[in-house]
Amino acid sequence: MTIQRSAVDAMLPLPPATFHILMALADEDRHGYAIIQDVAARTDGELKLSAGTLYRSIQRMLDQGLIAEARTRPAPALDDERRRYYAITPFGVAVARAEMRRLTQLVRLARARGLTPETT
Amino acid sequence: MRFYRALLLLYPVSFRAEYGAELRAAFERQHPAGDVFATLAMVAAAIADVVPNALAVHWDILRQDLRYMLRAIRQSPGFAVTAVLVVALGVGANTAAFSVADFVLIRPLPFPQPDRLIKLWEKTPGYGQMELSPGNYRDWKASAKSFTSMGAYTDVEVNLTGAGEPQRLHIGWVTSDLFSVLGVRPLIGRLFNAADTVAGRSVILSYALWQTQFGADTRILGSGVELDGAAYSVIGVMPPDFHFPTRDIALWTTMGFDADALADRANNYLDAVGRLRDGATLESARAEVDVIAARLRREFPKDNESTGAAIFRMTDDLSARSRLLLLALCGAALCILLLACANLANLLLARAVSREREIAVRAALGAGRERLVRQLVTESVVLAVMGGAIGLLVAVVAVPGLARLVPDNLPIEQAPTLNVRVLVFAAATIALTGLGFGIVPALRAGAGRGMSGLRDGARAGGGRRQRVRGALVAIEVMASVVLLVSSGLLVRAMWRLQSVDTGFNADGVLTLRTALPMPRYADPLAREPFFTRVLADVRALPGVTSAAYISGLPMVMKGGIWPVAVTGHEVIRDAANSASLRFVTPQFFGTLGIPIRNGRDVQETDAFNRPFVAVVSESFAKRYWPNEDPIGKHVQFALHDREIVGIVGDIRVRGLEQQSEPQVYVPYKQVEAGSLVYYAPKDLVVRSSSTAAAPLPQIRRIVRAADPSQPISDVRTMDEIVADQTASRLGQLRVLGMLAAIALLLAAVGIHGLLSFTVSRRTQEIGVRVALGAQSRQIVSMVIREGLLLSLAGVIPGLAIAYAAGRGMEALLAGVRPNDPIAIGVAIGATCVTALLGCARPALRASRVDPSEALRAE
Repeated sequence: MTIQRSAVDAMLPLPPATFHILMALADEDRHGYAIIQDVAARTDGELKLSAGTLYRSIQRMLDQGLIAEARTRPAPALDDERRRYYAITPFGVAVARAEMRRLTQLVRLARARGLTPETT
Repeated sequence: MRFYRALLLLYPVSFRAEYGAELRAAFERQHPAGDVFATLAMVAAAIADVVPNALAVHWDILRQDLRYMLRAIRQSPGFAVTAVLVVALGVGANTAAFSVADFVLIRPLPFPQPDRLIKLWEKTPGYGQMELSPGNYRDWKASAKSFTSMGAYTDVEVNLTGAGEPQRLHIGWVTSDLFSVLGVRPLIGRLFNAADTVAGRSVILSYALWQTQFGADTRILGSGVELDGAAYSVIGVMPPDFHFPTRDIALWTTMGFDADALADRANNYLDAVGRLRDGATLESARAEVDVIAARLRREFPKDNESTGAAIFRMTDDLSARSRLLLLALCGAALCILLLACANLANLLLARAVSREREIAVRAALGAGRERLVRQLVTESVVLAVMGGAIGLLVAVVAVPGLARLVPDNLPIEQAPTLNVRVLVFAAATIALTGLGFGIVPALRAGAGRGMSGLRDGARAGGGRRQRVRGALVAIEVMASVVLLVSSGLLVRAMWRLQSVDTGFNADGVLTLRTALPMPRYADPLAREPFFTRVLADVRALPGVTSAAYISGLPMVMKGGIWPVAVTGHEVIRDAANSASLRFVTPQFFGTLGIPIRNGRDVQETDAFNRPFVAVVSESFAKRYWPNEDPIGKHVQFALHDREIVGIVGDIRVRGLEQQSEPQVYVPYKQVEAGSLVYYAPKDLVVRSSSTAAAPLPQIRRIVRAADPSQPISDVRTMDEIVADQTASRLGQLRVLGMLAAIALLLAAVGIHGLLSFTVSRRTQEIGVRVALGAQSRQIVSMVIREGLLLSLAGVIPGLAIAYAAGRGMEALLAGVRPNDPIAIGVAIGATCVTALLGCARPALRASRVDPSEALRAE
């Protein structure tokens, strides 16, 4: 299956919550609450996704094909069968990469103009 | 957590089913239970989390549905256009009808606490509502404790002179306390007080007259105006929305009653209105006024012998006919709405069937029933809103056209304007329409037909669904039958009225009014030279065959009723012993083409110093001397004993719809100076030979030569006056007829749509029939039979409802029975023709089915 460049570009720019969720799923499949925890941990608690925002994003991302329900589940001892696990799709990976490129480009442009993140 | 769970109901069902449990679990772990503060924080967090997100989810779905819908509309724009137009029609008709009905029937009168305002009437046998005599008014006002205040008024016409071209004005003649009874304030200046009544020289201007005649000059207060040659001083101007008692009143002046006026309790000309005291009710006031009327009967047996009291709320003081007319309009509009809904439901059902495979695919791909229903409801609501917006525009444009249906005799503006209530009504109608036509197809589509839609060549749309669509078409036929029969009945009523014999010949008769100002012309001897000169000059005009003057034209002046007593008998004041009084000049009967059956016309020699005479109508003669020659008999009438010298044909004084009292005509010279000035002849009737043009400019010159300060008003042909009798009906009929035509068209579209669909679904079956030897004639008759059966299913209940509607509006039918065979026959005929037209194309298509192709297609 080839991924259309235009389909990827149509997704950009990504809403921050979407990008964070993609990042949370980049290394492993996670269930909803685990995503919330991961995002909070990675941002030192600065971004706390609420349950509503998370699942609304998940629904949209499922529709858009950025993520899918994971086919594999953890070992039964570690699993709670009420939970659903989500995995990033190849399309999701492509979109996350494109978003990363876009942001990197943006940062590079800002630096070229002499802007730095440090406060003066 | 219970709170959070309850909040989750804000999400769409599908979303809740998918993620509800996880949402709860995640929220629970984010917000563990704790003390009161923790609980409060949790509640706040729950609201902040759920409300915006639920809204966002709904919005996402809506956007999806709209996108989907736009795609569908692009694929079949015809459907969307039809649907929007049909909704526009339904909403437009209803909003327009409601604006008028609301304006006349529901909206309160423009006075403070309008439900406390009471109209007071006298009543005698045969007359349920009669104006008050000044004496009775004074006594009712003094004795009735149920009212905080009471005022009286009447309307008269005066000549406004001294300010450019002389003008004829319709003015209110009021007691000084009337305006405070109504609770109104002037725009500038002040209201009348008791001193104004004594002096009798103050006027208050209407806003319209102030604007047009006096240039809205705010320094008008204190300046003078000349009415009928007398000087009056302006003391105030009323606000623009004040119209009383009717819209065309130009100004108000005060009236007082002298001893003579108060003594004459047989002269009824006052309208009275009172304001109920706190604690008093209409019933208690009625009981009290009844007691007062009974006392006055005992005290003044001669004039009050059979006089009672009748009181009503002023808001109910609307003729039953006007009310009925508006209700009929609303009923018709509702029929159209019903039809529009049925039609759209049918369109949507047909579309749902053609989209069945697509819907089944979506269901198979996991779209829940709720999502499908929601999708379809969104579509209908969007169509309804689009149609509704156009409908509202239609209503805004149509309402001024309906102004004719607003009765003239109400103290309100001429035309309704769009207001919040009307907008709310329109919005409710739109919502109702959207749901009305959207919900049935949506529920049926979502009824979980499952995989059947996917089966190749599935015969969807059979059985129950087909019956639903058949029922909807039957409803359409029913609604159009109701409208057709009702319009037919009203057309028949109008024909009947138009064929009523007026008793006179209106062709070629021009009428105009030259009302001579009083008191200058209070003496008949002062009037005589004017009439003599004008009539002589007009009769000499080329083409004029005759001319005459009368107190008031038939169908224009309807009152002027006096009790009759055959000399030697007592006066009885009731309808069975009353007749209309008119003073006339010679040639009146000839000019109006009223036949003289016996005796002679009024003559110039019938002067004041000669024996008093009268010419009476045939019904008058029959009433008192059924088997005798009435010529030479005497009656007591209009203050004198009069000898009957002529018998003429009866005419319709009260118009085409009402029974008229017998008529008595009296020579214009036989009245005392200053007496019965209201009856002084003022309407000129001129008959011209048919080839001559209306000699109006010459008549104007003649009148100006006779009295330069005399205005001419109310120029009309007698034909126009007669046509005016049915004008409001004509307006109403146009509206109803248009609605009926639209209904018929919609029904035809409905029948056509359903049969086309049936035929296309039954192509294979028809193919088999043809293969087995069926003739195309048989196929055609099969389709037509189906169409006619469908119509019949609508015609029968339609006729029943139409009959009930006809019974309800019998008062408008001028004696035409609600089961009038012609109206019903034509309605059935029109429906059958419509049904046949609707069947034609599908039947033709069915007859052309090629069996080999139909079978191969499977």
